[in-house]
Amino acid sequence: MKPAPFDYYAPTSVVDAVALLSELEDEAKILAGGQSLVPLLALRLTVVGHLIDLNRVEGLHDIDHRPGSVVVGAMVRHATLADDDKLKSSVPLLARAAPYIGHFQIRNRGTIGGSLAHADPAAELPAVAVALDATVNVRGARGSRHVPATEFFSSIFTTTLEPDEILESVEFPVWSGRTGFSVQEVARRAGDFAIAGVACGVRLDDSGNIDHAALGLFGMGSTPLQPRAALQALDGGQADGLDVEAIGALAVSDLDPPDDVHATGAVRRRVGAVLVARALTEAIAEAAHA
Amino acid sequence: MRDSVIEMVVNGEPVRALVDVRKTLADFIREDCRLTGTHLGCEHGVCGACTVLLDGSAVRSCLLFAAQAQGSEVVTVEGLTPAEGLSPVQEALRQEHGLQCGFCTPGFVVSITAYLRDHPDPNDAEIIEAVGGNICRCTGYQGIRRAVAVAAAAIRDGAP
Repeated sequence: MKPAPFDYYAPTSVVDAVALLSELEDEAKILAGGQSLVPLLALRLTVVGHLIDLNRVEGLHDIDHRPGSVVVGAMVRHATLADDDKLKSSVPLLARAAPYIGHFQIRNRGTIGGSLAHADPAAELPAVAVALDATVNVRGARGSRHVPATEFFSSIFTTTLEPDEILESVEFPVWSGRTGFSVQEVARRAGDFAIAGVACGVRLDDSGNIDHAALGLFGMGSTPLQPRAALQALDGGQADGLDVEAIGALAVSDLDPPDDVHATGAVRRRVGAVLVARALTEAIAEAAHA
Repeated sequence: MRDSVIEMVVNGEPVRALVDVRKTLADFIREDCRLTGTHLGCEHGVCGACTVLLDGSAVRSCLLFAAQAQGSEVVTVEGLTPAEGLSPVQEALRQEHGLQCGFCTPGFVVSITAYLRDHPDPNDAEIIEAVGGNICRCTGYQGIRRAVAVAAAAIRDGAP
């Protein structure tokens, strides 16, 4: 099991990487952490003419804390998301989601940019980005674009990245005040992709009303999903005594998740509704004690 | 380019070689460095038999190309084995019947060694986390889990 032959490039700047990509375009593929792409190459499910490795590109490993937001470089690894104390306090959902990704050996290599660009609908980080209304910063030969995460994922393993564009970073809003977060998922074994899962955040005002809520579902459709009706129902409501089961049911009410060998769509809907309820309960409890 | 001259340090020894860029680090370690302790089970990142330390971090060497390890420091199971006897992790696996056929064992040794460095006093959940990324088809894992606890205690007591 060896990948088919390819040409390998290890540019050291984003400008060089973008230039290579626009020159080689159709034949080229970006290599980030390699934890999904290299198996595809080894099994020859994917054959590429040129591999452009971003591991040596300067700046893509940085985490930039700004007023009200954090810009996470595309090559920041899952292990860093899980362990970085400053990031943990500014965007807690990333550290909550990271331990669900593969095993620690995978997290030592896998990257946030790779996860988003790969766009597995059952992956955790795309759902975190969608839940938090993050912005995906991409760069191509014609300049950069700032794409809302909710518009970045178009279908299974498919994004709105153009063939000559590189995912450069992801900008997450920083929530302040009385906040709580939770990630819940069901998988066959620890480290497997989720059968269903949810990333959740809530913020409470002084009288205990939910003044901001975030939900991102994964494994529930062809892309990570933001359940709008459930979010509308949460907006402004009293957190204490909230009917979380009803919100869970609402979150999956208009979804038609796929059947596969792991679970039927009906199971996914039922599990998804329960996980939303659990995530809300945990996040609200955390916010109430914040 | 299809070939690349790479330099890295493997188990403390500087290595320089011309490699096909599609050659994985695992194959490079086995074929070019002649270090056959690193095993290849699945060759697509599932089984963990090929785990090595790359600049101190446990990684799947079948999911990296050798060219990507340019300038890095690699430690394989041979590098974790003392000149005489066994390392605390190896000794604990032997004592606790943490292996049967032994094919998966080098990957377990590397993973457990790396994990215990960062979690010197693991609880039960952490012991499962330490071995969750490696597959063993013989033992049923109970001996391996005991070995993690025994090795952790030995290292805390000052075993080298």
